[in-house]
Amino acid sequence: MSDAVRFLLNGEERTVDGLDPTTTVLEYLRNHERRCGTKEGCAEGDCGACTVVLAEANARGSIDYRAVNSCIRFVPALDGRHLITVEGLREADGSLHPVQRALVDSHGSQCGFCTPGFAMSLFALWHNDKSPTREDVLQVLAGNLCRCTGYRPILDAARHMYEGPSDDKFDRDPTMYGRLKRLGRLTGLHYTAGGKEFLAPRSLGELGEILKRNPDAALLAGGTDFGLFVTKQHREFQRIVWLGEIAELRSVATAEGVLEIGCNATWADALPALERYWPNFGEFVRRFASPPIRNVATIGGNIANASPIGDGPPALMALDASVVVIGLHGEREMPLEEFFVDYRKTALRPSEIVARVRVPLPSPGLEFAAYKLSKRLDQDISSVCAAFALRIEGGTVKEARVAFGGMAATPKRAKAAEAALIGRPWTTATATAAGAALDQDFAPIDDFRASAAYRLTAAKNLLRRFHLETTGVANARIAYG
Amino acid sequence: MAETRIHGGVTAAIPHDSAAKHVTGEAVYTDDIPEPPDLLHAYVLMSPRAHARILRIDTEAAAAVPGVAAIVTAGDIPGRNDVGPIFPNEPVLATGVVEYVGMPVLAIAATSVKVARRAAALVQVDYEDLPAILSIEDALAAKALVCPPHEMKRGDTARGLARAPHRLRGEFRCGGQDHFYLEGQVAMALPQEDGDMLVLASTQHPSEIQKMTARLLGLPANSVTVEVRRMGGGFGGKETQPSIFAGIAAVLAAKAKRPVKLRLDRDDDMIMTGKRHDFLVRYEAGYDDQGRLLALDMILAARAGHVADLSPSIVDRALFHADNCYFIPDVRLIGYACRTNTQSNTAFRGFGGPQGMLAIENLIDDIARRVGRDPLEVRKLNYYGTETRNVTPYHQAIEDNIIGELTAEIERSAAYGPRRREVESWNRASPVLKRGLAFAPLKFGISFTTAFLNQAGALIHVYTDGSVHLNHGGTEMGQGLMTKIAQVVAEEFQIDIGLVKITATNTGKVPNTSATAASSGADLNGMAAQAAAREIKSRLIGFAAMQFKVPPGDISFAGGRVHIGERSLPFGELVGMAYKARIQLSATGFYRTPLIHYDRETGSGHPFLYFAYGVAVAETLVDTLTGEYKVTRADLLHDVGRSINPAIDMGQIEGGFIQGMGWLTTEELWWDKTGALKTHAPSTYKIPVARDLPADFRVQIYKAGVNRAETIHRSKAVGEPPLMLANAVWLALKDAVAAATEYRVPPRLDAPATPEHVLMAIEEARRRAAQLERPLLAASAD
Repeated sequence: MSDAVRFLLNGEERTVDGLDPTTTVLEYLRNHERRCGTKEGCAEGDCGACTVVLAEANARGSIDYRAVNSCIRFVPALDGRHLITVEGLREADGSLHPVQRALVDSHGSQCGFCTPGFAMSLFALWHNDKSPTREDVLQVLAGNLCRCTGYRPILDAARHMYEGPSDDKFDRDPTMYGRLKRLGRLTGLHYTAGGKEFLAPRSLGELGEILKRNPDAALLAGGTDFGLFVTKQHREFQRIVWLGEIAELRSVATAEGVLEIGCNATWADALPALERYWPNFGEFVRRFASPPIRNVATIGGNIANASPIGDGPPALMALDASVVVIGLHGEREMPLEEFFVDYRKTALRPSEIVARVRVPLPSPGLEFAAYKLSKRLDQDISSVCAAFALRIEGGTVKEARVAFGGMAATPKRAKAAEAALIGRPWTTATATAAGAALDQDFAPIDDFRASAAYRLTAAKNLLRRFHLETTGVANARIAYG
Repeated sequence: MAETRIHGGVTAAIPHDSAAKHVTGEAVYTDDIPEPPDLLHAYVLMSPRAHARILRIDTEAAAAVPGVAAIVTAGDIPGRNDVGPIFPNEPVLATGVVEYVGMPVLAIAATSVKVARRAAALVQVDYEDLPAILSIEDALAAKALVCPPHEMKRGDTARGLARAPHRLRGEFRCGGQDHFYLEGQVAMALPQEDGDMLVLASTQHPSEIQKMTARLLGLPANSVTVEVRRMGGGFGGKETQPSIFAGIAAVLAAKAKRPVKLRLDRDDDMIMTGKRHDFLVRYEAGYDDQGRLLALDMILAARAGHVADLSPSIVDRALFHADNCYFIPDVRLIGYACRTNTQSNTAFRGFGGPQGMLAIENLIDDIARRVGRDPLEVRKLNYYGTETRNVTPYHQAIEDNIIGELTAEIERSAAYGPRRREVESWNRASPVLKRGLAFAPLKFGISFTTAFLNQAGALIHVYTDGSVHLNHGGTEMGQGLMTKIAQVVAEEFQIDIGLVKITATNTGKVPNTSATAASSGADLNGMAAQAAAREIKSRLIGFAAMQFKVPPGDISFAGGRVHIGERSLPFGELVGMAYKARIQLSATGFYRTPLIHYDRETGSGHPFLYFAYGVAVAETLVDTLTGEYKVTRADLLHDVGRSINPAIDMGQIEGGFIQGMGWLTTEELWWDKTGALKTHAPSTYKIPVARDLPADFRVQIYKAGVNRAETIHRSKAVGEPPLMLANAVWLALKDAVAAATEYRVPPRLDAPATPEHVLMAIEEARRRAAQLERPLLAASAD
């Protein structure tokens, strides 16, 4: 038996079956719907030309609008949602949406190829925030590349788009929430096409049943890396289990001095809590990819993926996080650093998944910072990612956890540097000595992101930056926003 | 009575003609054109080797894959396997030897790209590696060039250097740049009757595709028709290289006898296509105590890639701009287009000009630091004069020099002097962060330096209801060319622009066109369209004079009406009458740029009709611990003559500047040791995003601008020049690096100034500063 994928496309109901489960939303729109407004610019979620908006009924009785990259989202992951594309924004009388009007009036398009993506990112912003700051707009547009305009007119449009009507046809449609609710499922989607399966369980119980039968199934979370297995590596998958519909894995909660983040929580979901407890974590997360990626990319995926250049793990390792994995035989917990075994190898056993991350709340005297170095400030992969957590008492380093990404085959603690810190006075000399110890911790590589020499030099200097910042030196780094 | 002003005439800042279609997704790009039901999709198998002999190609297993309709290798090309725009023997598919990692080896057409790709994976190719040249240095050492070196000289450089009080030898390197048009290369070839071929392609040069497709298929040019309505960006990347992909699609279509579409995905596009040339520059300069440049001997060596493509002309243009705004009494410039086993580099906005200009800007900056003067003062000291000191290294006298006026204006408006003092004092108090401030001027020569390319045609029909069909040889890549030309025509007929239908560029309508390139689109096609409109207008005037017995001098067009003596008619009404009187309401227009010539043998002539000018001041903030930086403010003042459309020109200025900034900052091309490009997608190749826009960005069109040359409505070309305003950003980063040593040593900073290069430049400058025992002036006065 196979369920059909049911969703709305620009307000019209769609029932899709027979399509390969790894058909991307972009391919579906362009090849099957012949709605060619949505463009392919990179097929890896890095240019934003394919940006669409997913509208979902939330538990508060309203609708969430999230910009996502259609090039790396699979069609079955549209189930129960409203897919809004650039062709769907005009009002019923044919007039332009305020976002579109503002882009035209501000001369926000030249070649126009990136424009649909900008329109959709701005459309999501228009729904989510009626008075964004310039900084908010810059963050929202971090995932949209334009090669022609130089962006100034687009930023103007983001201001002028509030000068038109304050509601649109989506706001004025009283039936939409109910229609979306009715698309919801009680049990998981089981989609089959051409002998390939896409399963989206809605509970841990269902997941367990599926994994018991199919221990070799490919696990899909946010899909921002998985999507590239299909679009870039052209791999084929017989059976995909999507964790994204398991609501119980999406919670972000504090209990008994620990912040627990469910594996399904996206970076956008986790950002407020992380920023509340560790203000430095907020800026760090905002430089992590782009909103359309953070809207779907999960904490669990970022960890289980075991990329040496993932930004989450070093920061979480410095904060002494542990990871709870869950399998057919129950749960087990381990320090995050033990989770990473080797390049792209983890401690997960067959049928196990990362269920949640547990981060101890900050204790008094804890100084924490996470730094990301990359060629471009926004939406770039780190050449070096550094995270420092020191507990300093009476000027002396009592505890030190230092972790780096981009310096080794896995995200890794810098044990020699930590040893050079613990028990020493927190001074320039100590920071410099700990930096020198990084030579023992790491032998980074040369690649297109940075040379080994830069990685090591900059890593050492980041320790000095951390020292300057924690000792109250002004202008120790360039403000992000 | 008559309206006073039409909508959308020249000087009106109207939006791009397709703006509403862009924002609704209704604008049709090549890949959006409805597909014929029997369409095949193509995939290109690329070489994994930088240089190797092909011993064997086995396609048997691939051919057996269900859905595969045609496979072509070089041997299947019915005509000549050559798309060389200047020199012959530039194959679209490898003939016996592969010359770079990514070179097309064969192509497969199948029912889907997926099937074609799957089939390609089954193709077996045996290679025997040959020695590969992967760097400019290696090419220079091996004397591997794609064309003979080009030299320009004036005066006696050896004598000038010998007499100069100070001499400076140096080396400088600037990186290439991927076009990163958001829409990748794409073409659809549709076989027609008689073996003809219709090609719909994303191209800046439909006539080139027509010519090359005909050559590949062994057909006369009249058997191939090429059409393009718009591109999703071009920037030079769609000048010559689309011929490769349109050509492959056409060869497959001819073989399969079915339409074939070839659309490259981002990675394949970046791996296969050429880019902006990276350059290695070596120089010896002589200067005096004030920083006046007395003599310069400079070589500019470019990575051409495996074939010439347009590299000879690009290196020429680098030489043409290696003087920028500066008079050099004794000068010799030599350009080398180096043959390397990498992508064949090609046109990119500026066409070598930016690299030449950056080389001299770097040199002037170094000289200023050595003589201990503000670089702006040294720049002004070296400026071309207006009557004297105004002859370029290619012996053209500059007759329209306004750089002094522009400089004075921006010095004031950007408060350069006070900010210079403020920045230096701020830096003294800031050990980690350093601010940099810099000014950069630009002078850019306008005209194709290959004289015969400076021609254009247009075709205008006026229908009996007074609506107008406009066609010309220029192509729309986002720059707003179609809008501007429609404004010119609306102005000529004095009708609202809404009555002028913009139509796709088509080789069947206007033949033998030049590429939309060299910033020439509006200059050339605007004049051609104006000529066509004037031809129809003169026929209408002749008719009206006869019909209403009014002297032609008493007939005028204004506000949508034709005023005939005391009488006034709507334009459409007169047109209807003229039709019934059997007046021809269709005309072609043609334009050739006057006055220009250049002799490559002697390196002299008058290659440019005029020059465009601009100035910029940029300020940066650099983290000396990590090399990270921000551009905190940029002031631009740019000369567009009399603007046909200030909104569109503003878009070119700002967009060009940001694109140039990307070239000089975050955009880094990186090849591994085997010659494989590893930065081939936006995840690894970083063009500017919104946050990179300077937080304080002040852009002005030069209000007093007017072209002294007789161009279309006295406007100036604007496509390329503003890109070079970004030199100010790079110089401001260099200034901040210098600040890290309290300005004691002139730092060496190559481009692009990635955070890594900035940090390494700081570390290197600090090492040198630590060794410095003597004060700078004494140290450098050797």
